[in-house]
Formats: sequence, C-alpha cells, structure tokens
Amino acid sequence: MTSASSPALDFSQSPINQALSPERKIELFTMMVRIRRFEQAALKYYNAGKMGGFLHLYIGQESVASGTISLAGPDDHFITAYRCHGHALSVGMNMNECMAEMFGKQTGCSKGKGGSMHFFAPDKGFWGGHGIVAGQTPLGLGLAYGLKYQGKEGCCLCYLGDGAVNQGAFHESLNLAALFEIPVVFVIENNGYSMGTSQKRSSSFRGCLAQRAEGYDMEWDVINGSDVYEVRAKTHIAMERARKEHKPTLLEIDTYRYYGHSIADANHKKYRTPEEIENYKQNHDPINLFRRRLIAEGVLTEEIADAINKAAQEEAAASVQFADQSPAPTIADISTDIYWETDNQTPASRIGRHFFDA
Amino acid sequence: MSRILTYREALREGLDEELARDPNVVLMGEEVAQYNGAYKVTEGLWKKWGDKRVVDTPISEAGFIGMGIGASMLGVRPVMELMFWSFHSVAFDQLVNNAACVRYMSGGLCHCPIVVRGPANGGTNVGATHCHVPEGLFAAFPGLKVCAPATPADAKGLIKAAIRDNDPVYVMENTLLYGTSGEVPDPADGDFVIPLGLADLKREGSDISLIAHGRSVLHALEAANILQSQHGINAEVLDLRSIRPLDVDAILKTVKKTNRVVLVDESKPFGGVSAMVGTLIMEQAFDDLDAPVQRVCSIDAPAIYSPHIENEQLPNPRRIVEKVLSMA
Repeated sequence: MTSASSPALDFSQSPINQALSPERKIELFTMMVRIRRFEQAALKYYNAGKMGGFLHLYIGQESVASGTISLAGPDDHFITAYRCHGHALSVGMNMNECMAEMFGKQTGCSKGKGGSMHFFAPDKGFWGGHGIVAGQTPLGLGLAYGLKYQGKEGCCLCYLGDGAVNQGAFHESLNLAALFEIPVVFVIENNGYSMGTSQKRSSSFRGCLAQRAEGYDMEWDVINGSDVYEVRAKTHIAMERARKEHKPTLLEIDTYRYYGHSIADANHKKYRTPEEIENYKQNHDPINLFRRRLIAEGVLTEEIADAINKAAQEEAAASVQFADQSPAPTIADISTDIYWETDNQTPASRIGRHFFDA
Repeated sequence: MSRILTYREALREGLDEELARDPNVVLMGEEVAQYNGAYKVTEGLWKKWGDKRVVDTPISEAGFIGMGIGASMLGVRPVMELMFWSFHSVAFDQLVNNAACVRYMSGGLCHCPIVVRGPANGGTNVGATHCHVPEGLFAAFPGLKVCAPATPADAKGLIKAAIRDNDPVYVMENTLLYGTSGEVPDPADGDFVIPLGLADLKREGSDISLIAHGRSVLHALEAANILQSQHGINAEVLDLRSIRPLDVDAILKTVKKTNRVVLVDESKPFGGVSAMVGTLIMEQAFDDLDAPVQRVCSIDAPAIYSPHIENEQLPNPRRIVEKVLSMA
C-alpha cells in the first residue's frame, strides 16, 4: 500500500468536518457499520448457496464510499465498478432491494437482472455498479459532461480500483476530462491488489498511482482511507474544484479489503499473511478507528455504538428474510427492460421486429 | 416538392434539423467540427451551431463514445461519428457492454438515447482494417438498433428517427454513397422521418426477390435492370433499410410473392445479416420457396486492398445476375 508521507494531520478540524453535527457524525458511523453488517450477511448467505455469480466484498473500505458520498450535493452523481455495495447503501438505497438483487429476486434494485455487481439508483444519483474493469470510467466522465452541458453546479465521483488504472479506457477518460474541463473526480480505491496481483507486480508508476495525473495536467491527491475525516476533507476540495472550476481531479484513497477479490478467489489467503490482515484490523480499520474517535470526542458511547451495530445486524438479517421470501423473476421478465421504446409500448416499438425468438 | 440532394447533404440536413429541434442533441467525433468532417457530412454545422453543439474529440473512441453514453443517461442526446465504423473495435466495450446492456442490468432504470454513425463499407481500397461492415454484428446484441440507409431520402429520414429514438441506434453509412444523389422531400412540406423497422420496396417484380441493404440495394437495382433487359426476368428489390428492428413482414411478403430469393449482403457469409434473414425465411416461409435461398455476400476473406480486384470481392451487379441465372 502507498501511504501518504505527510505527518498525520487532524482532519477533524477541516471546515467541512467542523460543520458536521454530532448527529451527522453518528449517521456517518452508522452508514459504515451498516455496510459491513450488510456484507457480512451477504457473505453468509452466499456461502449458503443463496446467490449466484460473484460476491466482491467491500469490507475494510467502508470509509471511502460513506465518507465521499456524505459530501453529496443535489447535483452530484456517482458511479463505480463491481464492488458496489458500499456506494449503493451510501447513496440511500435500502438493504432490502440490494440483498434481493443478490438473491436474484424480482424485488431487487435491478429486478434480479444485474446481480451483485450491478446495483443502480438513478433517482439517487447512483449509476452503477459496472462489471468490466475501468469500463465505467468513460461513463463517469460522461455524467459529468452532462452536468456541465446542462449548466448544473455538480460533479461526478467516478470510483475505480487500483487494478483499473492500467486500462486504456481510464487513460482516455483522464485525457478527455482534463482537455474538456469536465467536473469529474476519479477516485482510485487502492486496496493494494488487482485481484490476486499486488500493486508492485501490476503497475509501473512514480510516487503513487494518482501522480499519473500529472501527465494529463490534472490535480491529484493521496488520502489515507483509514481516516474518514481525511477522506471527507480532501475529497471535498476535489469536488469543489469540479463544481466551481470544472476541473477534474484524480484521487487515490489507500484502503484495504479483508477478503479476496471475490468470494470465489480461493487464493486470497496465499498472497497475504494473517499478520498483514490482523495489523490492518487493529490499526487501520476505518470503522474501529472512527468508533474510537467519536467516543473520544464524546459524540458516541460504547453503548450507543453497540446499539448501532446491533440494529445494523438486525436490519441485514431482515433484508435476508425479505430477499429469501421475494418472488423470482419469471420467464416473461427475461424479455423486458431491453429497449426503452418496447417497454413503453411507443408507436416506434410497433414497427418492425425487435426480438427474434423462434 | 422534393429536391435533389446528395446522400451527404441529406444526412447533414437531417442532423441540422435535429440540432434545431432539440437543444440536447450534440454532435461529437473526430474532425466533425472545425475540419467540417472527415467526409464532410457535418460541413458548416460547427460554424452554425458552435462549440457546445458540435464537438471535436481527440482520436479516442472508447473515451468519447463512453462519455456520450454517460451523458445520455442524464438526458443529453449525443450523435457520435465514427470516422469509420471499422474503428468500433477500439470502443467495443462501450458500444456493447455499456450501451446495449445498461438498461437491462439496471432493471430498466437507465436508458441510453445515443446515435453512433459513420461509414461501414468496402470498395475504397483501404485494406482489411478499414472495411468492416458490422451491422449484423451489432444487430446481434439485444438492446441495440441498427440501420443502413441506401438513398439520400432514407439517409435523412433514418438519421432523424435514430436521433429521436430513446434507445442506442447505430447508423451504418457508406463512403461510396455520400456523393450519390436522389430526391429528398422539401422541409417546407413537413417533417420527414422514416421509422426504424420499415423496409422499402425499391422495385416491384414478380419472378425473384433480391433482398438487400445499404449500397447492395443499388447493386440489386442495377442487376434487376440487366435481368429484365437481357434475360426477361422481372426481379423485385426489397431494401431492408433497418436491420434491427427488422421488417420481417415485408420479407415474408416478397417471398410469398416471388417464391425465389437472393439475399445481397456486403457482410461476410458467416453470421451476417443475410444469414439471419435466410434463417427467418426458412423458419417462416419454407413452403413458399420454389428454390433454396441463395446469397451474394463478400467473398469470405479479410478485405483485399488491390484496386484491381476489390470490387470482385464485394457484391456487384455481375455477381448478382450470375447467382440469379444459376437458379433458373
């Protein structure tokens, strides 16, 4: 993992964090806990055979989605890759629709058509949930292009993993973002591994990954993802630069995933030592650190923190029950949500054959 | 009253009218603005509409097409030019995984009203990498729509329909058609839009049906004239115009009328548009056929460069006439 070399600063004193009321701080902590409890429930039922496909867990990275999305204004938008559960809950999607999506049920956020990697909530500014590494980066650029085109003072936060930084689509996006002055903030969530390959075996770079922005004449910064205050303070600067000056930024947030690339990643304990994981848990886990911090601030007590934890566990358990009891899609459902025109039965949809089932 | 316009001018008029109709329409692509278009389709539009509506992009197809897809999800309606459709390969993930699938994977929450347009044809001696005709390829992805106009009027009517459609529409033009001329209705006579999914009977006949799209329609019409004048065969020519949605009714109607079919398709034989149309005829009009469906496609090899021979690799009137005569 790359670390910010600067001495530890107290980001709780940055204006954007000073503006946080105790209630908002507790909300932020609660969101991080809810993400973790949701995913732990997902893991349990994935292992029990209730879900298909992949399960890419966000556990350990909660401060990134919850911290950055806590800065959202009315015209800000969000898009990420396949490790999307934390972002989905952070924008305000509920556990039921997310869990049901993974269970492949009609009540899922994508009606069971997308699965774990493809959560969407456009009404909350969340545009997925995308499965192809870096494939979402031009889309994030385009959302921000749309905001600028429509004259809105907003930005798009476009998340990607450190494994995505060597894809061509990402570099094309960086160039276009700087060239066209697009209000996008690219957020590299650097968990140190692109699937099973460590950063030093996958990327050539000077300094850190974000420094590649210099080649595109773009601002960049590195953030310690263990500290949600730092995540907020530095991301806020980038978002304001995008909103006010239409200038993009490349952020790199150092973080860590406890689990493998996906739960199908059987090798994840081979390329990392138990000591590495244990050290992270004790000294860097964003939830543990924020909990201690808020207790020290007098915002939180052990009792309240435990209650939040318990409530999140219960909410997650209830979402499992909801998902389990929800109906599966029907064969007829396979053939909807393909064309806007046919779904809406417009005059155009009645001309010519759209589907070719024999 | 109609006027005589070139295919290029007709497309431009369609683009211009849509820019005027809807402030969300944006033209994007390599050289589309200040250079006036690599093939001059967008000539004058940047000067008229300015930087916001007509945007030069760097040579970065995955980047700017993905950007257009993202912007479309927010309500912008990008019309993106590929200098050659052959360059789809460097933007394939965006064109297929994002444009075709985002609606489905979001359970219908997103939609993607984009147009990607540009020439897709052989016959200009530019070698195999610049000669792909991917209409069949993209029509194979549910979520996408594809059309391939053959005449100036169809080019104008279809580009306007494509821009108004709320799904991704890929318009396959042809560099060898840009300079061809034909009648196009006068804008003063009303808004001229040709719906996707509607084929056009370009020539009525009774003995055999030639079913084609794009430039192959012109070859089929020329072949029909030769067949009539030299062989007494009265061929019908059906122009598909739209590949997906596809006017299956029009296909079945002409088959039932003539009972003999030659499909003319610049695709390669394996899995092209004609392979699909042939399958539909077999499934739905088998008993109406007096002879097996035949095809004239590009000869099954990467596109040859040599100006001496390239036209023989492509469908052409001579090859169509020979194929028809072989069925007698």
